[in-house]
Amino acid sequence: MTELAPTLMAKGSIVAGCLAPHPPHLVYAENPPQNEPTSEGGWEQLRWGYERLRESLSNIDHDVLVLLSPHWQTYVGTHFLGIPHFEGLSVDPVFPNLFRYNYDMNIDVELSQAIHDKAKGSGLAVKMMENPDFRVDYGTITTGHMVNPAFDKPLVVISSNRSTHYYSVEVMQEMMMELGRVTREAIEESGKKAVILASNSLSHRHFTTESEVPEDMSKEHIASHAMHLWDMRIIDYMRTGQAQRILDEMPEFTEQAIAESDGGGLTWLLSTLSVPNYPAILHGYGTIIGTGNAIVEWPCYAHEGDAQ
Amino acid sequence: MNGSLVGSYVVPVHPHPLLVPEQNEGWGRIRAAFDEARDAIKESGADLLIIYSTTWPSIIGHQIQADPNPQWTLVDQDFHDLGSMDYSFNIDAEFAEAWNAANHNRGLQSRTVAYHGFPIDVGSVVALKLLNPDNAIPAVIVSSNVYANRSETTVLAKACLDVIKKTGRKAVAVTAMSMSNRMFTEFIDPSDDRIHSLKDDEWNRKVLEFLEEGRLEDVAQLSRTIHQQIRVQKVVTFKPMWWLSAMNGNRNNLTGRVLAYEALHGAGGAVVQLDPTSTGMGDKEYDEDDVEYYRGERNVLDAEEHSTESDEPLTPQTGPALWEPPESQGAVNSKAAPKPVGMYPHARQVGDLLYLSGVGPRQPGTNAIPGGPIRDDDGNPVEYDIKAQTRAVVENIARILEEAGSSMDKIVDVTSFLVDMDRDFAGYNEVWAETLGHYGPTRTTLAIRALPTPIAVEMKVIAKI
Ligand SMILES: [Fe+2]
Repeated sequence: MTELAPTLMAKGSIVAGCLAPHPPHLVYAENPPQNEPTSEGGWEQLRWGYERLRESLSNIDHDVLVLLSPHWQTYVGTHFLGIPHFEGLSVDPVFPNLFRYNYDMNIDVELSQAIHDKAKGSGLAVKMMENPDFRVDYGTITTGHMVNPAFDKPLVVISSNRSTHYYSVEVMQEMMMELGRVTREAIEESGKKAVILASNSLSHRHFTTESEVPEDMSKEHIASHAMHLWDMRIIDYMRTGQAQRILDEMPEFTEQAIAESDGGGLTWLLSTLSVPNYPAILHGYGTIIGTGNAIVEWPCYAHEGDAQ
Repeated sequence: MNGSLVGSYVVPVHPHPLLVPEQNEGWGRIRAAFDEARDAIKESGADLLIIYSTTWPSIIGHQIQADPNPQWTLVDQDFHDLGSMDYSFNIDAEFAEAWNAANHNRGLQSRTVAYHGFPIDVGSVVALKLLNPDNAIPAVIVSSNVYANRSETTVLAKACLDVIKKTGRKAVAVTAMSMSNRMFTEFIDPSDDRIHSLKDDEWNRKVLEFLEEGRLEDVAQLSRTIHQQIRVQKVVTFKPMWWLSAMNGNRNNLTGRVLAYEALHGAGGAVVQLDPTSTGMGDKEYDEDDVEYYRGERNVLDAEEHSTESDEPLTPQTGPALWEPPESQGAVNSKAAPKPVGMYPHARQVGDLLYLSGVGPRQPGTNAIPGGPIRDDDGNPVEYDIKAQTRAVVENIARILEEAGSSMDKIVDVTSFLVDMDRDFAGYNEVWAETLGHYGPTRTTLAIRALPTPIAVEMKVIAKI
């Protein structure tokens, strides 16, 4: 887990925030030993993007990865993985032909509990997940793998509350802004250096057919022009330090691009970063069965205090 | 063989009745209703349980579980503190494969899944553990496609019935689903559970009243309305009623019984039994299209090469005029088949034999050619998809046979004509193997110089009636 005792340590901080999407196709295309199916590659633009992100993060000292995955879907509150170690086999229920992954990961339960407690204090419905038989969702595993295939840093894993669909994008944003704020506070108080990972695609209209060779890149393109325009608009805001505009346009973006930001990850990420007004680094963009995916890093370490 | 559906059930998807029925009286009553359903299924002599589960969403068409013995320990994503659910099921992999093939025959995107560790969804696990605790009855599970519309879901059921009939099974159909599906978004004490709102409760009771009267098709036709009124949008829609009604022949005169209706963390959970026995109730007033084959929105990957979407049909501007087929003695003409290019009927019956005029891939109504025409309006050759064309020919044949009271399995002999044997034989042959080949008619394939419309394949069929 962490190398240093958290007591008497300097104030903790968020050293980087990333949009780190989780299509299992990326793991499949990498042919790592943990995944059973094998491929001839594919989706290189995105995989090279992840390579650049990994390279970038390897230069930033950090203790823990804090991740929100839209594939741990909870309807009753926001949940946190609450035991120190998980391992097992994860099979994607939608793409079982591509993703059957043997995972082994450690959880920073102390930090999870601290975020949980603060969220509870501010009125959010929260719960620690302490059932040892629980299977970690494939979104968490895919993002976890693409960012850190060795899984040698502990994670905090937060579920995606489905408030967008129960209420509205506005209600989701209210909840996620608050969750982001307490996540930041808990990290600062923990004395740890954290990387934040929002695990979601941008536009999210899938093809409903799969080519015979799933990694046949001649078949891969964005689902529609409208989706492309939305993705480029949001990426532009990211690259030019206009996070507030992303939040402002989130209801339209989420609805019109059927965006996976409905799961709250992107809003939560921007909130943990205090709504950054500095440019993010675009490491890669590409489509996966028609959905738009961007790998983006906000290099917070270089802008400490800027965005307050 | 004479297979049929011997019963249908609607059951809830939450784990409470399985894991903690003692924590709330209502959850206990749902559990008791599951037990009653279990006994009734046993008594019916059913030899197959078919689960359509709303908690198994899919994207690439429908998925059908085909692992003969899936085993795992499931923990619910929300209610993990209620305990773990060990499972080991008896899946009828052979039926699953046959259903998958039948789906393809009817134009559906579909695949089977058989992988160790595949996460069987909570709705299916609860249903199978409670309705079939000793695994005495083999089961199949099908996903709920998030993009599927009514026609796709209806055709999914018809393909399933094809296999039930062909294999002589006595099947029970189960939809794992909530009525209203809005849960409380906060943690509640079990004793405080109730339906989330009065409005949800009233709608649930109305739906259950219909089901109790056996009016399943009416509920199916109200699906979209029900979804808008009492369902959380973007959680799987109320489509299981489309499937279940089609499994029952889209009828309104079933015999229905509501075995229990209770709240499950605010959602409406009901156990309903639908017996196919006809009641005195009048039958359907059937006003939605009855769909036999699916040909919607399934060519996204190839969309740029040649659109087969019906809103932009590739109607040839040139070529022979279309005729109304004549009504000669024994003639069989189908509105569901493309109009002939001369004065001849679609088919003609002599004794118990049915002779079909040559059938091409043109689509009834639009006259579009799936897979694209072989030449443009100026006569220049263009790229086309022989497999799509062949598939469309087979579908046209199926429609004409059905109209005539025959079916694919009664085809005796086929003569096929290809305009480009070298280019097209392999693709044509592949589709043949997936479709007509299953039924085993004799076949002769000839290369010819041209066909009257810009198509690459035509078949001449003789069938029994
Ligand atoms: Fe996703």
